[in-house]
Amino acid sequence: MNQEDQSHEDPSPQMPEVDRSLLHELVAYLRDNRTELREEWVARITQAQLLGVMTPEEIFSEVTAVYDNYVDALETGSIETLQAYARDLSERIIPRGVETHEVLGIVLLLRDVLARALFVEYQRDADLLNRILDAYEPAANRIAVTVSVSFVEERERVIREQQEAIRELSTPVLQVRDRLLILPIIGVLDSARARQLTEQLLGAIQANRAKVVVIDITGVATIDLTVANHLVQTVEAARLMGASAIITGLSSKIAQTLVDLGVDLSMMRTVGDLQGGLEEAERLIGHRPTAKGSRPDAAAP
Amino acid sequence: MSVAILRQGDYLIASIQVDLSDSQVLELRDELSERIGRVRARGLIIDVAALDVIDSFVARSLGSIAITARLRGAETVITGIEPDVAIAMVQFDLDLAPLRTALDLDEALSLLDRLTQGAGEDEA
Repeated sequence: MNQEDQSHEDPSPQMPEVDRSLLHELVAYLRDNRTELREEWVARITQAQLLGVMTPEEIFSEVTAVYDNYVDALETGSIETLQAYARDLSERIIPRGVETHEVLGIVLLLRDVLARALFVEYQRDADLLNRILDAYEPAANRIAVTVSVSFVEERERVIREQQEAIRELSTPVLQVRDRLLILPIIGVLDSARARQLTEQLLGAIQANRAKVVVIDITGVATIDLTVANHLVQTVEAARLMGASAIITGLSSKIAQTLVDLGVDLSMMRTVGDLQGGLEEAERLIGHRPTAKGSRPDAAAP
Repeated sequence: MSVAILRQGDYLIASIQVDLSDSQVLELRDELSERIGRVRARGLIIDVAALDVIDSFVARSLGSIAITARLRGAETVITGIEPDVAIAMVQFDLDLAPLRTALDLDEALSLLDRLTQGAGEDEA
């Protein structure tokens, strides 16, 4: 997408003079026929059943804005205003469920409507028509690409934000009592989440001066080698910061997987369930409050 | 010597304030080993809280300092490892088991108290 965007960006500033004057003519024509062409476009959008989630009034007002921006962009060759508008528009319509194909569809429809109007207007002079279209097509395509890319980028931004939000929500580090943290992990552990989880846990260890952390993975269905190694590293990193980690709630399936994968579990202190893990934690904090509990010789059971 | 080594009772406390070159790390190791014998220290605390980066050489050297210190009669506790540093260290694929760690100086002191009084326990 980006490459295309750039290859379209270059030629415009030094567009030949002839094309410039033709573009001016064509822009003037599109301005003169603004009302009809706009209506034609709305009709085609409705006919194609695009933008079903928006009311006709909304469609008309957006269409007007897009049309004017479109013609401006044709005239000046600068897509920045249109780009900003497209982003703003995307921001408004994405939450309402407008799909990528609809946005692509309406932009291409406008291109078609205008191309056809130009065709009708200049068909008497085939040579002029050719030159007009030569001037129109690259500019129009570039605009179509710009709008679509803006839409997709906006969508991706929204998705990224949501992923971030889900991640934040999905790994709460809870303080149970003084110097004891629990990290309940629920759902799918991928390596991005495992990494983020490690960072959050270590930050919390430092902030709360935690001595013991209980990592409960009852809610994790499966685990792969990368994630298992991540977990081992998390335990080790916690130890380096002076906190013992206890893993609880390993399902028999995960336990089996870990053994099959040959993950080095010698550094892991594991307890069957969360209750047992908390008891173990109390014991560590209580009468044998050693900070390096996860050393191999102490990690026995 | 770029590392201040303080004496607190039976313990030595080395606080590393700036990134050390490889040769400075080795120098520190020798200096600590020598001092432990000279003052008959029973514990050694190395505070790395000021370090933003601990490379694999330093990490390995901390381990060898701990082993050397034990041979000279002192237990070693590393303290003040930052979260980012901890994450980086576990990715070196080094055996960090010889490193005993504590969250801060307080913790390190009480850990050493236990280690040196506890008649060995199962830790030594």
